[in-house]
Amino acid sequence: MEQLANLAPFVLLLPLCMFLVLGLFGNKMAHKTAGLLGTAVFGVTSVICYYIAINYFFSGNFQNGGTFEAVELFNMEWLRMTDTLCIHIGFLLDPLSAIMLIVISTVSLMVHIYSMGYMKEHDGTYDGGLQRFYAVLSLFSFAMLGLVIATNIFQMYIFWELVGVSSFLLISYYYYKPSAVRAAKKAFIVTRFADMFFLIGILILSYYTGTFDFDKLTLVNEGHVEIVNSTMRDITFCGFPIISIAVFLIFLGGAGKSAMFPLHIWLPDAMEGPTPASALIHAATMVVAGVYLVARLFPVYHFEAPHVLEIIAYIGAFTSIFAAIIACAQTDIKRVLAFSTISQIAYMMVALGVSGYGEAEGLGYTASIWHLFTHAMFKALLFMGAGAIIHAVHSNEMDDMGNLRKRMPITHITFLIACLAIAGIPPFSGFFSKDEILVAALENNKIAFAVEYFVAGLTAFYMFRLYYRIFWFGEPKDGYKHEPHEQSLVMTFPLMFLAGVTVISGICWMFGLLPFTHLISSDFTNYDIHTHWNVALPSIGAGVIGILIATFLFLEKTGRPNKAVSYFKRPYKWAVKKFYIDEVYLYVTNNIIFKRICQPIAWFDRHVIDGFMDLLAWITNKSSEEIKEVQSGYVQQYAWVFIIGVITIVICAI
Amino acid sequence: MNIPVASYFILSTLLFFIGVYGFVARKNLISILMSIELILNAVNINFVAANRYILPNLNVDKPLMEGYIYTLFVIAIAAAETAVAISIIINVYRQHKNIDAKSINELKH
Amino acid sequence: MNILSLFVIIPLIMMAVIFCINGENKKLIRSVMTIGGVALLAVSVITTIEYFKEHGADPTAAFYLQEQFMWYERFNIRYAVGIDGVSVAMLLLSSIIVLTGAIISYAIENKAKEYYLWFLMLSVGVYGFFISIDLFTMFIFYEVALIPMYLLIGLWGSGKKEYSAMKLTLMLMGGSAFLMMGIFGIYFNSVPEGCDPTFKLDEIAAHVTMLRQNSSDVDTSLIDWEYIFFPLTFIGFGVLGAMFPFHTWSPDGHASAPTAVSMLHAGVLMKLGGYGCFRVAMYLMPDAANDLAWIFIILTGISVVYGAFSACVQTDLKYINAYSSVSHCGLVLFALLMMNKTAMTGAILQMVSHGLMTALFFALIGIIYGKTHTRDIREMGGLMKIIPVLSVCYVIAGLASLGLPGLSGFVAEMTIFVGAFQNADTFHRVFVIFGCTSIVITAVYILRVVGKMLFGPIQNEHHKDITDANLYEKIAVFTLIAAIAAVGIRPLELSDMIKDGVNVISTILAK
Repeated sequence: MEQLANLAPFVLLLPLCMFLVLGLFGNKMAHKTAGLLGTAVFGVTSVICYYIAINYFFSGNFQNGGTFEAVELFNMEWLRMTDTLCIHIGFLLDPLSAIMLIVISTVSLMVHIYSMGYMKEHDGTYDGGLQRFYAVLSLFSFAMLGLVIATNIFQMYIFWELVGVSSFLLISYYYYKPSAVRAAKKAFIVTRFADMFFLIGILILSYYTGTFDFDKLTLVNEGHVEIVNSTMRDITFCGFPIISIAVFLIFLGGAGKSAMFPLHIWLPDAMEGPTPASALIHAATMVVAGVYLVARLFPVYHFEAPHVLEIIAYIGAFTSIFAAIIACAQTDIKRVLAFSTISQIAYMMVALGVSGYGEAEGLGYTASIWHLFTHAMFKALLFMGAGAIIHAVHSNEMDDMGNLRKRMPITHITFLIACLAIAGIPPFSGFFSKDEILVAALENNKIAFAVEYFVAGLTAFYMFRLYYRIFWFGEPKDGYKHEPHEQSLVMTFPLMFLAGVTVISGICWMFGLLPFTHLISSDFTNYDIHTHWNVALPSIGAGVIGILIATFLFLEKTGRPNKAVSYFKRPYKWAVKKFYIDEVYLYVTNNIIFKRICQPIAWFDRHVIDGFMDLLAWITNKSSEEIKEVQSGYVQQYAWVFIIGVITIVICAI
Repeated sequence: MNIPVASYFILSTLLFFIGVYGFVARKNLISILMSIELILNAVNINFVAANRYILPNLNVDKPLMEGYIYTLFVIAIAAAETAVAISIIINVYRQHKNIDAKSINELKH
Repeated sequence: MNILSLFVIIPLIMMAVIFCINGENKKLIRSVMTIGGVALLAVSVITTIEYFKEHGADPTAAFYLQEQFMWYERFNIRYAVGIDGVSVAMLLLSSIIVLTGAIISYAIENKAKEYYLWFLMLSVGVYGFFISIDLFTMFIFYEVALIPMYLLIGLWGSGKKEYSAMKLTLMLMGGSAFLMMGIFGIYFNSVPEGCDPTFKLDEIAAHVTMLRQNSSDVDTSLIDWEYIFFPLTFIGFGVLGAMFPFHTWSPDGHASAPTAVSMLHAGVLMKLGGYGCFRVAMYLMPDAANDLAWIFIILTGISVVYGAFSACVQTDLKYINAYSSVSHCGLVLFALLMMNKTAMTGAILQMVSHGLMTALFFALIGIIYGKTHTRDIREMGGLMKIIPVLSVCYVIAGLASLGLPGLSGFVAEMTIFVGAFQNADTFHRVFVIFGCTSIVITAVYILRVVGKMLFGPIQNEHHKDITDANLYEKIAVFTLIAAIAAVGIRPLELSDMIKDGVNVISTILAK
């Protein structure tokens, strides 16, 4: 404990120092030095994270009769707001944050390594580019780690904003590309819009409960979260309980970061950023922050606002099917992965939405976090694989790919493993986490179950469509300009490592070597479950059907895909156009906010308010101009006025 | 013959207002100057008449003479003023070739 | 002589020295300015330390390091100085901005001597205002600060400078006319029986408390005067604090002013407004403040959102920043009117934060304008590639402005929102949430500028060979960034210091 507390600050300090060093002095370093330095220091950070997490789970010091205890490794005062509300910056260690530490440090380290190869091409082309990339990557790691170890909701909000800005900086990495700049702006503003709700939610929650601290906010006592129940129970606003409003607003913040419908529009565009950044931020870590947020406050949702949890489940279910359908029609491989990410995060949201609390009741919770873990690994793998392919063929479009399986064998195999995992085929990790989510859904919410079951098949279909289009299907129309070849070890090592994690964690689960339920559960108490074959077999079946359809259509270059599309002409077009959600947003921002609000206000300001001030000046000027005539300087005129004045006064006096 | 005091005052009032009218209405500087003379002389008449009829003359040996004295003052000052005014007017005439009061307004703007 | 008077004396000495220097010798003038600026910064740091010492000894006093002497006995007008936590923060802010402003002004070539003389005059007014605790002296310094603005903008400005200078001066003078009525109203009315009228703030406050106690049982007519003079004073200061609808001097004025004057004006002078509202209007007329706050909450709430929306469609960099100042300064007054300790602390923090970042913005805009000769964002693009240092600094300023944690804006805004939310009635709630929307709109207009001007392809071929910031500019800009980051990363001490200052007034208001 003592030792961990001593180590804990370095989890934040090392990446932060790296950000400052690379940000301030990066341009004085060689590109390679910057990359190596960033990676090495993050390596140390990862080791510390692993050490802390492993120590927490397996040393037994933190366990009390099968229940993990939450500990604060440090907690220092940052800003005193009111007498009761005070923002701390601290390190909360519990199973949830420990698992997040592992996820973030693993993926981030892999991305650090991978980027040394991937970003190399831009060496020399753009001054300071790589240093900037590593600096922002360090900033992101710092912020993301700070987010997951937050001891209070305001600390979370602080780091929440920081991950938002590092995401902005990474998306706009190719700042000379207008599309990248647009995407970055979109990502930032959409998430910022959601963050506003998050902030209002925090304000409401903290006003009534008088605390920001998670340990107080999630203290469960006799079926209620005590502090919330005692302070907010009977208060309503517009007929809704205020607590529901508060936690729903907080969820909206999470929905923004986690790209839930209708705030999902920024994530596909965010693919304009460099692929390693997409792998880290827009697939594995930052986008699951919303899931993490709901999981963090889960007792509040479950006990005090169960209806909100239900809404979350429905939003999640809708988003997952919505994104999966769009993913089937996209041709940019990164966008397919992006929509798949949206769909999978929605899966996690559904899992939380259908979860109960305590031991086996809380299966959904465990499954959600477990899926978060596995998804982070295989989605990062998919993105990095896609990155390797893009690096090889210099294009994002499926039409420029095909028949790469021989040319890039390592990428091929690892990509296939990830596809199998996401499609839910045993013994890969994705199968188990997805299976548990379906079990939880079946128990609590039949509609969500039906949707998720369908999405499972759809996922297998679009992932294998992607897979076949890249690795089979036949050469692109004009052939390859440069013969694509396998990437260097620095890029393939992360692929192999993550594929290894995907396989091993699945196998560990299968043989009960590392039961996830012993690590995390809704109340941090261990419990045991078994694979429910009655759910698992049909879900495997759905996956297999999806794969078979994809194989039938895309294994080789035939007319079948076009024929299939001709059956669903209109839905296909809608899916390609992403159901015109972007257009709706564009209309709202351009035509309503800019044209109908901003411009009239600016006009009003210049012409009415300022016009009024100018009018005052004009009146003063004009009237003095007029009065000036009286001051003519003609003594005769003055005498006239004088005489008339005297006469008037005399007459009046008489 | 005993002329009532009112007659003097009526005369001076008439003279005064003729002067005032001339002062405000005439354009010609000479006319204005003459009008001023009229006003001053109206006052002079008032002074003299008042001194003669209204001032209580208590001591016959040393009669009060303020009215006459002021009249003399006024005449003297009027003469001086006319001298100055005429010289200004002559200069104005040299500059402008006319002596219209309205045309002398360079200093106004 | 007390250390506080140094704040007025040092600039006066500098003026005298510069007055004696030949105007051609710009180097010497600049070094005098720099040395003086550093000296002022040093004095304000020493003052801060002194304040903490005194505060440690007696944590309840209203003002520390007090000193006074009589100017005009018959009307009880004194030169009285003193500070509390709030003024210490403002003094530190002013010192940083005066120093960086002086350094940025190195670029002034035309009539540099006269420029610096007026610049120093402005500083005298600003410093004097913050250290005064006598209404009359305060008002004198206020006027001293306003007048040089006319000449600084009218002579050294750009664009339609005469118009802007005239507009700014007239509107602010209009405000100070209201203010004068307010001050005399306070002076003549805050006199309980058996007391002499006074201009000194803490004495007036004590008198007002006595009046309240005397009148509390039967009728309140004794304090009715507050309801007349509170709006006058608040609007008087509000004009300078860019309160809707009295803000229109700000865009034109800032757009035309030379760089350092914009910095000083938006960074410090506009803070005089908020500070005055807080120190005079609310401190001395608490009853009216409580009862009439709703009117001004509506006006300032409009300011916050209205300024932000207006900034979204401007194309001139300085206009964007001026409207953003309207929005941010609106937030200052908005928070002050929330009448509780946290929100008011947030307001003062926002003044510090906005002062620093807007100074940074104007400095950068001035430097960039000097190189590109345009301030129209449509004519610029891809500057990140050409002048990376300036561009990164601009991004940092933008992020501070949109409230990124770790930079000062976040601390201030969050304190304001948390504080403001402590008022539980619907009216306040609605306006707080209304105010919260500004953080999104701010992001929109900041990113619009960043995206158009700094990112994207290079728009203008002529901009390709412009050079990055020189050493002086870098020093000035980095100083400001360091200050912003310092406040953002470690706000605890500053916030506590301000809170101690606010405490006196918020206690009076809460009664």
